[in-house]
Amino acid sequence: MFIELLWLIPALPFAGFLVLALTGRVLSRTVTAAIGVGSVGLSALIAFLAGTSFITSPPPGHFYRQVLWTWIDVDGFRPEIAFYLDALSVVMMLVITFVSFMIHLYSSEFMADEEGYARFFAYMNLFVGSMLTLVLADNLLFLYLGWEGVGLCSYLLIGFWYKDPANGYAARKAFVVTRIGDAAMAVGLFLLFTNLGTLQIQEIMRLAGQQWVPGSGLAVAASALLLGGALGKSAQLPLQTWLPDAMAGPTPVSALIHAATMVTAGVYLIARTHVLFTLAPAVQMVVAVIGAVTLLLAGLSALTQKDIKRVLAYSTISQIGYMFLALGVGAWTAAVFHFMTHAFFKALLFLCAGVIITGLHHEHDIFKMGGVRRQLPLPFMTFLIGASSLSALPFFTAGFYSKDMVLHQTWFSSSGSPWLWSAGLAGAFITSLYAFRVVFIVFFGEAKEQVVKKPGMKMLIPLVALAFLSITGGYVESGTTAFSGFLHTALPQTGPAHGGAGLILLIISSVVSLAGTYSAYVLFLRNPEYVENILRKAPASLLHRLWFSGWGFDRIYDILFVRPFVLIARINRDDFIDLIYGGMAWVGLGFNRSLVRTQTGKVRLYAVGVALGAAILLAAVMLL
Amino acid sequence: MILAWIIIIPLTGGLAAWYSGRINRAWPRWISLISLMLTFVLVLGLWVRNPVRDFSNSGATWLIEFDREWIPQLGISLHLALDGLSLLLLLLTVFLGIMSVGISWTEIRERVGFFHFNLLWILAGVMGVFLAIDLFLFYFFWELMLVPMYFLIALWGHENRRYASIKFFLFTQLSGLLMLIAILGLYFIHGRATGIYTFDYMKLLGTSIPGPAAMWLMLGFLAAFAVKLPAVPLHTWLPDAHTEAPTAGSVILAGLLLKTGAYGLMRFAVPLFPGAASDVAPIAMALAVAGIIYGAVLAFSQTDIKRLIAYTSISHMGFVLLGIFAWDRIALQGVVMQMICHGIGTGALFMIAGALQERIHTRDMEQMGGLWSKVPRMGAVMLFFALASLGLPGLGNFVGEFLVLFGTYRVTIVMTVLATAGIVIATVYALWMVQRAFHGEGREMRSVPDFSLREMALMSVMIVLLVWLGLYPQPVFDRGREALNNLQKSTAGTFRVVPDNVLRVSK
Repeated sequence: MFIELLWLIPALPFAGFLVLALTGRVLSRTVTAAIGVGSVGLSALIAFLAGTSFITSPPPGHFYRQVLWTWIDVDGFRPEIAFYLDALSVVMMLVITFVSFMIHLYSSEFMADEEGYARFFAYMNLFVGSMLTLVLADNLLFLYLGWEGVGLCSYLLIGFWYKDPANGYAARKAFVVTRIGDAAMAVGLFLLFTNLGTLQIQEIMRLAGQQWVPGSGLAVAASALLLGGALGKSAQLPLQTWLPDAMAGPTPVSALIHAATMVTAGVYLIARTHVLFTLAPAVQMVVAVIGAVTLLLAGLSALTQKDIKRVLAYSTISQIGYMFLALGVGAWTAAVFHFMTHAFFKALLFLCAGVIITGLHHEHDIFKMGGVRRQLPLPFMTFLIGASSLSALPFFTAGFYSKDMVLHQTWFSSSGSPWLWSAGLAGAFITSLYAFRVVFIVFFGEAKEQVVKKPGMKMLIPLVALAFLSITGGYVESGTTAFSGFLHTALPQTGPAHGGAGLILLIISSVVSLAGTYSAYVLFLRNPEYVENILRKAPASLLHRLWFSGWGFDRIYDILFVRPFVLIARINRDDFIDLIYGGMAWVGLGFNRSLVRTQTGKVRLYAVGVALGAAILLAAVMLL
Repeated sequence: MILAWIIIIPLTGGLAAWYSGRINRAWPRWISLISLMLTFVLVLGLWVRNPVRDFSNSGATWLIEFDREWIPQLGISLHLALDGLSLLLLLLTVFLGIMSVGISWTEIRERVGFFHFNLLWILAGVMGVFLAIDLFLFYFFWELMLVPMYFLIALWGHENRRYASIKFFLFTQLSGLLMLIAILGLYFIHGRATGIYTFDYMKLLGTSIPGPAAMWLMLGFLAAFAVKLPAVPLHTWLPDAHTEAPTAGSVILAGLLLKTGAYGLMRFAVPLFPGAASDVAPIAMALAVAGIIYGAVLAFSQTDIKRLIAYTSISHMGFVLLGIFAWDRIALQGVVMQMICHGIGTGALFMIAGALQERIHTRDMEQMGGLWSKVPRMGAVMLFFALASLGLPGLGNFVGEFLVLFGTYRVTIVMTVLATAGIVIATVYALWMVQRAFHGEGREMRSVPDFSLREMALMSVMIVLLVWLGLYPQPVFDRGREALNNLQKSTAGTFRVVPDNVLRVSK
């Protein structure tokens, strides 16, 4: 059976990494690409076979566990190197391997002229292996290994063009900010093990369900700490600041790591440990609120960006906000569904952006683009599909079905509310506004620059494949419940659908996203002077600047944390504690010097000294 | 007798190397290498011939012992003994010893014979420390490490070597004297109480010491060990010594000498005075956490690459101190793992820094930058060990640090949380180090040779070891388990730290 090959799925990309890291320098580019793309392709193939076999003939209990070896065995602490496959990880695994394969294929052409070709594919393969470890891990420590591994690869790939210190800074920022969340998550692991005696995820959920009362301190602490890790990785408030800067990396990296896969790891973590969050309603509420606020703030920031990749980056933050909103109201399936469609259309958008950017002399500024439609027809079509799916245009896009599911359940779920729903709805309007803002500015209007480089087949095939899925990926839930039905073997059901009232919600959200699209048309294509006029007024331009800077979080953190830390470190560079010892040595030397001065060689002075000393001693003896 | 040979071989090898240095410069290197290889074979033989077994029933503490009278009138004997803990540390010692000889192959060109004499005598001293269970003998070896180390820094060190070597000597010598006083104090208290005047560890174990004396004696031991470890605020000799020492000296300082401090705490300070040790445990753990954070912050601000690595040692050894005073089963296993991995990882970092200095004649990172395109192999290796240093899962250091934290959490939540924060700062300094040295625009420099085959071979061994320890550390745990259990048994009921584990209680 294919399912027994499960371990190969992460092992193949790891093997690819090893080969490339050890021999990459001597391999030709063709061989490098063959190894880099081939290992992921093979892994995707096995994942597909194993996944279909899981779906068509589910193993007993709807899960499959594969233990490779015992990692550590110390006094009851016994994490294993083991994989766990259930409906949730099947979905994650399939999406990750497929999208990774597409992006690797695309990269083999996109990066063809770059120095460090082998290094690039080595890092990418390492990433895919780590990401698969993350979603397939059976215990939290092994998951943490994948978790840190993807963080590392994100760091390495953001800083791939290492000669520019700005890229290095962005890379460092990404790693450090996410590691703040990871530290919280680590403490969560300590807590869970200490109190439940295991790190195996299914065991944790079983024991927590038995031993912890809903709302108990431990459940709240545990889920809040895990949430810390999730916020960092998934770039949610207040740890979202690293993602826009992460765009310094090559575009395929942004597509793979910072859109489709790694940044959704937080969503996966929360869904994976959903029982803990259900036991802590307060924390779950926080998840929902953070999601709602993040999706709005990031959406508004996306609206003001000039750099096409930064638009997409803020859009990613915003869309993950939707997933958090869904998780927060207990709509686990909806969150995973939106993860899937988002992986397709966001990866697609980034890959299209990559085509445009390289086509236009590495131009990132959308206002310097324009009229690209005629010169790059296929990328235009696919970008349009991606933007439609992102905007959730009704009925034909995948994004529509997943976003509708999120909004629907936000309204109807017992922990949902109309407030959260309206935040999501407002976000939907903003989403289609900024998505089509890019479409109209980049692809329509006057051509400002000549496209100098057209993509080849290796770049076009992934575009078409992802565009196809950005449309059809939603049909698994249109009229059927195939997707949610499958996931409900791993995740709890949210509640029955509400036909009539649900239909009204559906109509409202459809109208809203169409309205957003139309507004984009009016504001950015038909009458761009409207926007210019508004922006000339002081409050609007102030707001614009605020949104453009990502609400000033960077500055606040800089003033509150970065600068004080650097300042203290600089001031204390020479270690003030050492000054104390230095002072002791100095005092000692001082005594030495003053005593040396008494060594005059004059006998008379010595005699006086002896006499005085004797007198003092005698006096002391008599008095005491 | 094999235990004695393990110490005698490097001692005689050292003498031979010294004398042969007069004939030929290459001889001392080969003699040192061969004698260390020989020792390595002996230690490996010990490992193989003593399979891990459960001898909790047999009541035996040691795998093998060596016991000869030395000065019977005073109760001093040549008593060496080996358990899993000392076996692991012996292996680390010989391994790093071989690495040090390898890395000095081209670096040391003056007084080669005397250099290798010092090197081997330090190693002999370190192994003596790990094996001696007669307190007098232990003190003897403790001092034996010190003097050749002083020479190593003072003669083959860098610009500021005189200052650094004297500072090193004063710190360790003074604290060592405090330990000597404590040893004598224990000797007399035990003698008066039982009539048996002995320095034998096994007999002194469990001595009941009246009143505040136990605390004073414990502090005497603690002083020596805390300086060596080093614990903040007794750490300031370390950055100077590590920075100024020649590469092999830095490797041995960081990899081995610091470990003798940790070993001393585990073997002597806590088991001999469990009550007093548990009284100071909260303070010791607070200092450990302070060291983790303070060392990391200082590391971040350095511009001298060796000094930066030196400060990371302070940070990493904080985890060791934390785990020891948590005195928890998981934490202690973590401590052993952390010691081994820190020895390998930091040793490797010092080797890279030394190789860089040999090539571009500076340790100042402001003068570096853009080296990746010139020496990609060095860059990749440096990146690897920087990642090990920041605790990347899959590498041994992660296992060590996390086990310490998992274990410590059972004792104190506050300290664990603060120590975990140190991991974030570790990220900052480790990445910053690699980026400053290897990334950015390159400076105009003459072509720099990349790692040679010899250097790459040394590095590969260390890389493989760290990956192995990160993914399959169990052999180390199995080896250490019995020894650690014995240590804990000796303090059972007397070492108690009041847990601040509020959440756990309110379950």
